[in-house]
Amino acid sequence: MAKVIEGLYYSESHEYVKVDGEYGYVGITDYAQEQLGNVVYVDMPEVDDEVTAGEEFGAVESVKAASDLISPVSGTVVEINANLEDQPELINQDAFGNWIMKVKMADPSELDALMGAADYENACK
Amino acid sequence: MTDKKTCLYDKHIGLKAKMVSFGGFEMPIQYTDIVDEHNAVRHACGVFDVSHMGEVLVTGKEAEKFVQYIFTNDVKDAPIGKIYYGMMLHENGGTIDDLLVYKMGAEQFFLVINAANIDKDYAWISEQAKFFDVQTINQSDTYGQLAVQGPDSERVMAECLGLACEDLVFYTFKTVAVDGETLIVSRTGYTGEDGFEIYGSHEYIRNAWDKLIRHGVKPCGLGCRDTLRFEVGLPLYGDELTDDISPIEAGLGMFVKVDKEAFIGKEAVARQKAEGTKRKIVGIELTGRAIPRHGYDVVVEDRVVGSVTTGYNSISTGKSVCMALIESTYAKTGTPVQIRIHKKLQDGTVCKKRFYEKNYKK
Repeated sequence: MAKVIEGLYYSESHEYVKVDGEYGYVGITDYAQEQLGNVVYVDMPEVDDEVTAGEEFGAVESVKAASDLISPVSGTVVEINANLEDQPELINQDAFGNWIMKVKMADPSELDALMGAADYENACK
Repeated sequence: MTDKKTCLYDKHIGLKAKMVSFGGFEMPIQYTDIVDEHNAVRHACGVFDVSHMGEVLVTGKEAEKFVQYIFTNDVKDAPIGKIYYGMMLHENGGTIDDLLVYKMGAEQFFLVINAANIDKDYAWISEQAKFFDVQTINQSDTYGQLAVQGPDSERVMAECLGLACEDLVFYTFKTVAVDGETLIVSRTGYTGEDGFEIYGSHEYIRNAWDKLIRHGVKPCGLGCRDTLRFEVGLPLYGDELTDDISPIEAGLGMFVKVDKEAFIGKEAVARQKAEGTKRKIVGIELTGRAIPRHGYDVVVEDRVVGSVTTGYNSISTGKSVCMALIESTYAKTGTPVQIRIHKKLQDGTVCKKRFYEKNYKK
């Protein structure tokens, strides 16, 4: 059974946002990594890239398939998780501990459109 | 059209395989983990349900003459028990299908064709057969088929199925009488490892599958079948060979015998062999980890010069590599090229399209 963590915001396309002040750490959920299987590559944005809520910002790839990453929030990328460049499998080991990008959010009210843990858990059923 | 099911469908469901549509069949892509399944075949043994493959029996006085006419390899005076790999071609050299031909008897050949092409192939074969004294029978629904692959295969075949195969050399087969039926057992496969393929009734194949699984042989899905064949540079119809790609372009000229008697497509491929082709299938190794996938552009100096046919982050080597059909001007080993992956251009180098050495027992 996939893990869901309280206090995070979740999108229908299985990304999460962990909010820290005006910053959001964005990654894929445990459910998403389970569905993908072995992650062998993460296509990440670059620092200073602008991302837009609802739009693609990269991809996670398993052996067989590439799956687009959809940003749950708009803003500017201030950091990427460089560990994933050489160890993409960290996402399989701990999806919530291994965020993909840190975004300075342009409009925190966008978070209201995302789901809480209980709703997301239902959405995965 | 709904997908067909093989005789092992319920076994796959029972093993909780992830099922996908492939070649008109509902097939297992993986049971547990594509990487584990891949490694089982490279280092021990795995079993694949390949019952989706098509079989056509050609018999009659002119069977040999007919096969010579529709097939690129040379089966003239072939010994019974030998297997040939080759293609059926359009007049322009494009590939209708790639296939194995088993020489069963003086007037009997057994053709093994790709699942996705069964209807197309059989219609075409039947059309050509009108001009020969032959009968063709589509036996695709009669046979189930297993592929037992990996370095431990010979032992597994003997211990688990009672099929002693040490006498079979690579690309030969024998028929074996078991429980009132005649199996076809060949030393062939699609993984680059030693291995065998067994053709039998649905009942035999179901029982054999159960025995192999109980024995601990790893069930392997089409996912790792593709990663395994790809690493050793074997083509997949639909990727490296299509109606629009000739075997010469695909680098498979050794299976096209232009010195033999007339066959359909001969003029076109003979010319390609003599003059060279404008495009070629090559290998490309990328510097980074980004994964080149089917259809992605290959770029040289901002110009698209071809596209990826199959690509992976190779399970056996860890490198991101692909096969690609590109303009021959850039096909030389060592040529720098780029591949557009998720909008970014990734650097790579043309290399041999064998990313991992085959380990056949010949």
